[in-house]
Amino acid sequence: MKKEYEIKARDFVRAGKAAIGVQNILKSIGFEQDIIRRVSICAYESEMNVVMHGADGSLLLGVENKEIVLEVRDSGEGIEDIELALKEGYSTASEEHRDMGFGAGMGLPNMKKHSNVFEISSQKGNGTYLRMVFWVNGNRE
Amino acid sequence: MKLSEVKEILKATVLVGDDRLVMQVNNAAASDLMSDLLSNYQEGSLLLTGMTNVQVIHTSLIAGITAIVFVRGKEPSSEVIALAEEHGIPILKSSFNMFSSCGMLFSSGLKNIR
Repeated sequence: MKKEYEIKARDFVRAGKAAIGVQNILKSIGFEQDIIRRVSICAYESEMNVVMHGADGSLLLGVENKEIVLEVRDSGEGIEDIELALKEGYSTASEEHRDMGFGAGMGLPNMKKHSNVFEISSQKGNGTYLRMVFWVNGNRE
Repeated sequence: MKLSEVKEILKATVLVGDDRLVMQVNNAAASDLMSDLLSNYQEGSLLLTGMTNVQVIHTSLIAGITAIVFVRGKEPSSEVIALAEEHGIPILKSSFNMFSSCGMLFSSGLKNIR
């Protein structure tokens, strides 16, 4: 099954609703708690990134027998140096983002940590595309 | 530790979940940084925080936090209260600061997650 969520840039009140939607779907399907928490955390961190840094974007949840896939795109400013952005603690967040408890430079590292496959492509000025895969049985067969 | 004990120790006011004070919290996390909470799962935890925006509730739902204490007497908006009620997350408010709140709960036996 697939489910797509729209993400509105700078809509801080709604931010998180897509991730909570993902969590509810995975719970209703009956996945194990560990994979639900990992997918939900990645959905939430990526959704917050779009809200904070992107222009509008989308989050696509794909559920298959052996894997769960999250694809997140936005048409925002893009990332100039991806390697740097993946370092814990590196952040380009504004004071406003920090005031809300985000922007500690943990978003992308958290996503990488909690997913089995983590792919990111971005170009300055051309938005960001993220693809994360979570193996349903722990190890890939 | 039961939420009713947390309430007593922190001389807290219950903003949401007065009927759920029998609920147990296994451990506690204290942070104003949402991503710190998301770096490790906080299953069944109590969150102590000085942040009172809607993202605290969203983060709690995603990170498995079951109840929240707002420290330093911080008052959340009615929007935050409504969201916590909708999702069944009890909220307590204490006028103690973060350090004292953590110290009192820790010395009463509530520990961090790992």
